[in-house]
Amino acid sequence: MAHDLGFWTLQALNALQLSMLLFLLSIGLTVIFGLMHFVNLAHGSLYALGAYFAASLTAVGGYWMGFFLAPVVVAGIGILLYSGLIKRMRKSGPMAQVLVTFGLIFAMLDLTRIFWGDLALAIEVPALLDGRLAFLGVEYPTYRLFIIVMGLAIFGALAFVLGRTQIGAMIRAGVDNDAMAACLGINVERLFFMVFCFGCALAGLAGAVAAPLLSVTPDMGLQILIPTLIVIVIGGLGSLKGAVAGSLIYGFVQTFGAVLAPQLASVLIYALLAAVLVIKPVGLFPAKG
Amino acid sequence: MKRATLAALGLATSIAMPAAAEDIKVGLLLPFSGVYAALGNEIEAGFNLALEQFGGETDATFEIVREDTEVKPPVALGKAKKMILQDDVDVIAGIVSSGVLGAVRDMVHGAGVPLIVANAGNDEATGADCSPFITRMSFSNSQVNRPMGMWMHEQGIGKVYTLAPDYAAGRQMIDAFTASFTAAGGEVVGQEFTPFQKTQDFGPYLAQAKASGADAVYVFYAGGEAISFVKQYDSFGLKAELPLYGSGFLTSPLYVNAEGPAAEGVITALHYVPTIDSPANAAFADAFEAANGRVPSEFAVQGYDAARALIEATKTGASDRASLANALRSVKFEGPRGPLSIDPSTNNVIQPIYVYETVAGEDSLTQKVLAQLSAEADPVNGCEMAPVSN
Repeated sequence: MAHDLGFWTLQALNALQLSMLLFLLSIGLTVIFGLMHFVNLAHGSLYALGAYFAASLTAVGGYWMGFFLAPVVVAGIGILLYSGLIKRMRKSGPMAQVLVTFGLIFAMLDLTRIFWGDLALAIEVPALLDGRLAFLGVEYPTYRLFIIVMGLAIFGALAFVLGRTQIGAMIRAGVDNDAMAACLGINVERLFFMVFCFGCALAGLAGAVAAPLLSVTPDMGLQILIPTLIVIVIGGLGSLKGAVAGSLIYGFVQTFGAVLAPQLASVLIYALLAAVLVIKPVGLFPAKG
Repeated sequence: MKRATLAALGLATSIAMPAAAEDIKVGLLLPFSGVYAALGNEIEAGFNLALEQFGGETDATFEIVREDTEVKPPVALGKAKKMILQDDVDVIAGIVSSGVLGAVRDMVHGAGVPLIVANAGNDEATGADCSPFITRMSFSNSQVNRPMGMWMHEQGIGKVYTLAPDYAAGRQMIDAFTASFTAAGGEVVGQEFTPFQKTQDFGPYLAQAKASGADAVYVFYAGGEAISFVKQYDSFGLKAELPLYGSGFLTSPLYVNAEGPAAEGVITALHYVPTIDSPANAAFADAFEAANGRVPSEFAVQGYDAARALIEATKTGASDRASLANALRSVKFEGPRGPLSIDPSTNNVIQPIYVYETVAGEDSLTQKVLAQLSAEADPVNGCEMAPVSN
């Protein structure tokens, strides 16, 4: 099948849009992981919760209410999780952490099922972002462009905060060597708490943003978890650059894999993951050099 | 509560006819958790409604044992064993996933327990793997899609691009459509199977469909995937230039409201639509809506007719496993879907197929029936049916 330039532009935009959605999820997870060596497998569940809260809030006060409030609510749940569970688990080994957060996935799955039912929900795209824009010679859904722009904006803001501000320096110091950072007078535990809540809020935002595009189902958190983990393993733990690179690689491999080698589409990304693990086990851009 | 109503129902009938009351133990094997939990609940609601409406027509009383398959074949097999060996049920009804049906098939066949399939559409279950003990009251994958190939060609559509999830049901549905569409003279210009339950973004496939030069797109998706697909199809603005057709599960009343305006104008075919204009359907749809607060879906009617078939079978006096199996095979009645009968050579239901368009109603989306395609029996597909001896 011969395709014109417009076709490839369209696919590149599709890939970029998927990458940005994954970026929102993986950045929170990877910094939590890098900063405190804490494996939070329940991150995907927070994404699902974000989508559900967005759906409920949208029904009450329109799309933008869900968009702005869902991340706040999910951050609140993050605070509860932190003080109730994660603080206690900080000193136990990674195996116990994985088991607890893995169990949490199923507990949250059933909680969403009890509160919101088994039927899939959906949100309408707000009128402002409905329709399509002519862009680079193709017509592309405005809402998808919105996701791309928002992902890039959040990337820019995070790059600025992490690279140019004092709090960013503290986080980088904590990721690099938390014991030394603590000796220098940085309250690493409080830093972790803040980063954890912010990571949760970003997961909630990702859920709220994904909800009009996909359907809101109880198992959406489980479905997104594996791609997110692949992103941070490919990109390298704990770094912003790694999360961006991993997301872009995942988005483009997945999208162009589906176009060029549909039979291999679901295998390609795992093959790439295996290759990265063999050639560079720490990932492409790990935080610790 | 449900037990209480059933008990009361049983009491009422036993007072009326004290001599002949037979107690029939029914195992309801459905997913109440997992991805198909919504379907399990819908089928159960339909099943209970039929027992309420028609339970008085038979002398038999029904005791329900309900088990959750969790949509996991090994779990379902364990539950089926428990029903057959420990609960000693006379008949099993339910089964949503074809994987689960495949897992329990040999168990029920070997034990000689009649099974009324209330969803799972795998062609083989009433083909090469058919059993005199397994009667399907729902549909077969090809039955729903085959008539649509001819109908679409009659509408003047020459070239079609197809999409479906990459698993047995997706392939059977699309293969049946492709076979009849090409036999009628149409051409399938492109075909893609997306990774099942792993595809959330259909963008890459939609761009390909657009570039394929097809007149229309024919798809099968269900549940969450259907919602994502229909919304994304509309967001790319494809509906106007490339009309969307499909297997009717795509716009099932169970989740069409989640799809919203994106579903308007989508034309699909299915064995049941809640707006079928008949007294039997009106009685069913009104009662279902009154009890559950929503329009019944094809899954609800499958549960409803499964219970109805059981009641019809007991009316012939059948009460044990072998006689029930025999009676179920010759069940015949007029239901919400129209006239139903069982094909003696495969034990699959014979039913009309409805082509419908999803349109905007007064306050929510509704279904406009465009055509009723005549009931046809599936080809035998290698089924050799051994008779059941009493």
